[in-house]
Amino acid sequence: MKRYGTWKYLLIISILCIGIIYALPNLYAPDPAVQVSYNSSSQSPDSKLTERIETILADGDSETTIETTDDYVLIRTDSSDDQLKVKSALSNNLGGDVIVALNLAPTTPQWLSNLGAEPMKLGLDLRGGVHFLMEVDTAAAIKNRQNGTLQDIKRRLREEKIRYSGAFVEEDLSISVRFQSEAVFSEANDFIEDNYPQFLGSPDSKEPLTISLVLAELEIDQIKSDAIDQNLTTLRNRVNELGVSEPIVQRQGKTRIVVQLPGIQDTAEAKKILGKTATLEFHLEAQLDTPRTRKTNYPFKGQQGPGAELQDAVILGGDQVATAQASFDENGLPQVNITLDGQGGGRMHRATRGSIGKRLGVLFVEQKTRTKYQIDDSGKQVPVLETYEIKEIISLATIRAALGTTFRITGLDSPSESSELALLLRAGALAAPMRFVEERTVGPSLGADNIDAGILSMELGMALVLLFILIYYRVFGIAASLALSFNIVLLIAVMSILSATLTLPGIAGIVLTVGMAVDANVLIFSRIREELARGRKPLDAIDAGYDRAFLTIWDANFTTLIVAVVLYSLGTGAIKGFSITLMIGIITSMFTAIMGTRAFINLVYGSKKDLSRLSI
Amino acid sequence: MIFNVDFMAWRKPALVVSSILILISVTSLVFKELNYGLDFTGGTLVELSYPESADLNSIRSTLKTAGYSGAQVANFGSNQEVLIKLPGSLSDTLGAEIITLLKSSAAGTEIDLRRIEYVGPQIGDELRDDGGLAMILALAFMMLYIAFRFQSMFAGAAVTALVHDVIVVLGIFSFFELDFDLTVLAALLAVIGYSLNDTIVVSDRIRENLRSETDDSDSTTELINKSLNQTLGRTLITSLTTLLVLFSLYLMGGELIKNFALALIFGVIVGTYSSIYIASNALIMMGLTKDHLKVEDSENPDPYDLP
Repeated sequence: MKRYGTWKYLLIISILCIGIIYALPNLYAPDPAVQVSYNSSSQSPDSKLTERIETILADGDSETTIETTDDYVLIRTDSSDDQLKVKSALSNNLGGDVIVALNLAPTTPQWLSNLGAEPMKLGLDLRGGVHFLMEVDTAAAIKNRQNGTLQDIKRRLREEKIRYSGAFVEEDLSISVRFQSEAVFSEANDFIEDNYPQFLGSPDSKEPLTISLVLAELEIDQIKSDAIDQNLTTLRNRVNELGVSEPIVQRQGKTRIVVQLPGIQDTAEAKKILGKTATLEFHLEAQLDTPRTRKTNYPFKGQQGPGAELQDAVILGGDQVATAQASFDENGLPQVNITLDGQGGGRMHRATRGSIGKRLGVLFVEQKTRTKYQIDDSGKQVPVLETYEIKEIISLATIRAALGTTFRITGLDSPSESSELALLLRAGALAAPMRFVEERTVGPSLGADNIDAGILSMELGMALVLLFILIYYRVFGIAASLALSFNIVLLIAVMSILSATLTLPGIAGIVLTVGMAVDANVLIFSRIREELARGRKPLDAIDAGYDRAFLTIWDANFTTLIVAVVLYSLGTGAIKGFSITLMIGIITSMFTAIMGTRAFINLVYGSKKDLSRLSI
Repeated sequence: MIFNVDFMAWRKPALVVSSILILISVTSLVFKELNYGLDFTGGTLVELSYPESADLNSIRSTLKTAGYSGAQVANFGSNQEVLIKLPGSLSDTLGAEIITLLKSSAAGTEIDLRRIEYVGPQIGDELRDDGGLAMILALAFMMLYIAFRFQSMFAGAAVTALVHDVIVVLGIFSFFELDFDLTVLAALLAVIGYSLNDTIVVSDRIRENLRSETDDSDSTTELINKSLNQTLGRTLITSLTTLLVLFSLYLMGGELIKNFALALIFGVIVGTYSSIYIASNALIMMGLTKDHLKVEDSENPDPYDLP
């Protein structure tokens, strides 16, 4: 029989140890916990916040431990009852500058976390929560942009005294401008070519004397991608308000956004909040002679200290901002370029031409909600949602000249400041409308049932298979059983290391792997029996069995792997969860079923040179 | 286990049985179609849990009075669980509306929300297209791999067996009007993988015997019969262990996994049968002989001389 090198044993033992270490965190049940963070993401939790929390919790009778991480303060409790009590106490008393959210805090021991070992994430079908898929209407974003450009073209043609007889956005989202004579047409053509380089500039429209402006493919992609980014930013802000730990807001495909909110059940409320957008208001700064009744003091966003006074009259709102983009000026300093729609441009012009040297303020207006807990008639604590408005200044800049449809804000400190300002300005602009195309909500009771059912079926399946192979293959059955158990440990370890999400179909995939992973051993063992029947000596038969079965095992597993990869790349949700466990399971099972069992068999039989029969 | 079953004697009856199965399946698929689940039709689904057994009739009439006339109400798993389906609905707020309505009409009972699902019509179409595409792609990749590793005849035989399995399992789902949803589709693809495992193991042995110097079989049929007998023990044991876990999934895995497990159970049974009869039959019908593997032989004298 072939000798099995020491290095192979070492490799198997070290992989087994690593597997156990990384699978281990999954055995520790998480603590029900509450997390508290500041509203603004730039502000890290400080000792002041911890003190406030401690004071509030001192009045309650719940056992808690408080930890501070980089992003939030974590309050662990002993039971989910205590968790709710703590949450309601904190959300009622902490005030509006913080977000209080329920969390399930892992209880991974320190030495394991130090090694980077963390438990698997549970999918929404196992922990309960809402999954939304939203479709962004990118065509609307393009139409919106074209309308803004159209207004701008009309205004500038008028300024240049070039007379057009008609100008509109066509069905196919191109802009058509019509003229009455050849002379005007060619003059206009030159002007537009010079001033609007983003268009493909094709004056040869089907109709005579008409300039047709079609957006370049690149430009269209840019607008679409801006629209989605903008919606993503807005959604992230909204989601933060919902008080959810580990929310997911992600782009999916070209025009869709996935939102996953673990632990949320009130989908109607969640939809209401996600559907809202922030708005902007442009105001002139209040002067010394502005009457007190016509001005208000607002704070600067993300800053403490005194704010600034703005006049109450609104010049224009955020729906008139077509785009806002961060860029650099002639001197390489950061700036934000803003384009208004035609109507907004007119209003801006009238408001600013007489106010050169004064300052223009931009207010960011957000509708926020917070949860308060009240005692209802039956004495139960019920959550009540309360809506309130926050207005903060995001920009206060001196007006250098009368502003029109396009203008820029300069004097920003850094490129990151300019891109943040651009994002905020866009967040108030008409983001492309979105609609819900898919929703999946799982209640917490179903989630818990799913976990129980999954674990139960895994235990039963595993027990049946182990029992069968032990009876059928005896000593070799022990090898296969060990390999199978080792395989489950490795599979869980790999999923934990990859931070893959475990779902119910994922558990089904693991269970299926248990059944199919035995196949490799069955192939090997059948081969060994065959070789024995042919009259080979036991140890030779073992060698031949492993060698000859290898190629078959490889072919069979590789083709299944192809199926799993196809499933993973085309599937969504349920199918992805299933295919990922199938993929990992195939790979780990090849290792355990071939190398693992071989090592065990060699340990048992390797030293017995004059073996006469095998227990197979 | 050493077997000596004359499988190929049953080759023609098996062909007849398979043809009948395929015919019934296709007929059922054409006339009864598949009972597509919400994932593919689009619509709204609400699952609620009542503290005591739920009165379906009163739920139906409540919904009807409120104007949700197309609602299908049924028990799900137990008589406390209620599943309400509104196929093809266009509004994404129906689920929440129904819950509010039922909660207010049954004041005093604690209704627990188990799940809401809403799938827009566009998503349903896309999921169906992607599913079909996944199936075709999986089959195409399989064919390529087998043609590369074995020989094009084996690829043809394997794919014939796979198509057979898929059609029969689909036929069973159509005939018995079982819900065909995303998890069943995933199961069907897993069946492709599983059935292929079986077919490859058998094909591997056929190839090995074809190449073997010591082989004394007179005809391809006899050789295939021998290969099938050599692999039968393995085929049966693997099918058995897989069926063991599938039954535990079916019995314990909960309602959401039931159809998934069922599809795989049918698939494993049909797949085991097809790798014995369909794939081998196809090889014989395509006229496989030792000569087909000779050229490859000289380039790669001993394929088992690998690690």
